[in-house]
Amino acid sequence: MTGQSHGTQPDMTLLSITDLTNEIAGKPILQGLSLSIGAGEIHAIMGPNGAGKSTLAYTLGGRPGYVATGGSATLDGADLLAMAPHERAAAGLFLGFQYPVEIPGVSMVQFLREALNSQRKSRGEAPLSGGAFLKLAREQAALLKLDAEMLKRPVNVGFSGGEKKRAEMVQMGILDPKLAILDETDSGLDIDALKIVGEGINAIMRKPDKAVLLITHYQRLLDYVKPDYVHVLAGGRIVRSGGPELALELEEQGYEALVA
Amino acid sequence: MTALPTRHDEAFRYADIAALEAAWPVATRTIVVASGDTAAHSLVVADGAVHDIAIILGAGAQASFHVLNAARGYGRVAMRVTLAAGAQFHLGVAQIAGGDQTVEIVSEVVHAEPDTISRQVVRQVLAGNATGNYLGRVVVDRGAIGTDGEQSIRAMLLDRTATANARPELEIYADDVKCAHGCAIGELDAGALFYLASRGIPPAAAKALMLQAFLAEAFVGAEDEDQLTAAALAALEAIV
Repeated sequence: MTGQSHGTQPDMTLLSITDLTNEIAGKPILQGLSLSIGAGEIHAIMGPNGAGKSTLAYTLGGRPGYVATGGSATLDGADLLAMAPHERAAAGLFLGFQYPVEIPGVSMVQFLREALNSQRKSRGEAPLSGGAFLKLAREQAALLKLDAEMLKRPVNVGFSGGEKKRAEMVQMGILDPKLAILDETDSGLDIDALKIVGEGINAIMRKPDKAVLLITHYQRLLDYVKPDYVHVLAGGRIVRSGGPELALELEEQGYEALVA
Repeated sequence: MTALPTRHDEAFRYADIAALEAAWPVATRTIVVASGDTAAHSLVVADGAVHDIAIILGAGAQASFHVLNAARGYGRVAMRVTLAAGAQFHLGVAQIAGGDQTVEIVSEVVHAEPDTISRQVVRQVLAGNATGNYLGRVVVDRGAIGTDGEQSIRAMLLDRTATANARPELEIYADDVKCAHGCAIGELDAGALFYLASRGIPPAAAKALMLQAFLAEAFVGAEDEDQLTAAALAALEAIV
């Protein structure tokens, strides 16, 4: 494996996945997937359609219907698979959605304040006051160049594709997770928005105690968010790992050549 | 009306007749909104209460009526609304029930003259073995051209054992009218619930947040929107 210059101590592993398997509607998707992500690292998972990329994100996030049938996954030593989805969030997991969900009637502010204070409560921390929350929300919106007025609108309703993805990153900034799994956060973004989102990911997550798993089809997001490691997912497991140059190789040669 | 109705009477088809008997007979309360006047009414239905209301709007009058029906046991509101030329009527109803409760709203809105507008928004949240009913008829009389009538009826079932009956009806005897109704009975969106959970919101709070938003549509524009919403939330907490 190359690109180990950012390597971390073994005891700083944030996410550890071992032999993870699952089935969706009786069909095996993840077939013994293993992956270890250390604190301070950014990993990218690339792979063809149907390889199981989104399934991996949903299984780690605990989406109903995406139950692991074997293997293990721990976040900072805690058994991720044993927790309910909201507990995984409180434990420090953030899932960036490929298709953020619209929730009419619930404002972004109300939603995020409830989310942050739920997480704080489960960690035994005091809730953030309305004023302190709004200050935080405005700062994070500014970081992603999202008009703070948009936070008064119902969750993702009437947002353009790019605004939805930027709003996901604002949510990530407010919730301040240990590990972010970003599922095709680059899809639906124009070049300017891609740059803003990329810089946002770096500003929020490029820290010694945090880590990111980027799920993407394309090299282009990786121009802004430089991964330490790149993995190829095919047939439900990691078939190749390497440094950032692997993404370029994939871009040039396509998946078929590398997966075969 | 003096004789106790039976379930053969259309307007009482889904009623809790035994509970109805305890409140029978019911006197009709009449509200008259004079020509050009504006009125705003709201009603929080008490446990076991049965209301029969007539609302008569003069030419160009505007009235809104907001109802929270979370009555324990049985709660019923029947209303007959008559609109003269150019009158506008808005009805917003939230019905919340759990256990073996039956809550119902029965409306008849008569567009008697031209250029009238009626809007009905009914939101129901039903759990346990509860039954929630909406029987709503919109009548457009001969000559009442330019009528604009709309019914938006939605129910959310929290348990498979709960029942929602929704029957919007149109009786149109005039040309050049616009009448629309939308009716949906469903469950909370699983994708949205997971999205809320993925941000750290526990299941009960996530449900409450979504139901709150759903019910709020019934009280938009009410003068005492905040009080009605707070009362609806308290009723919601009792059944979620």
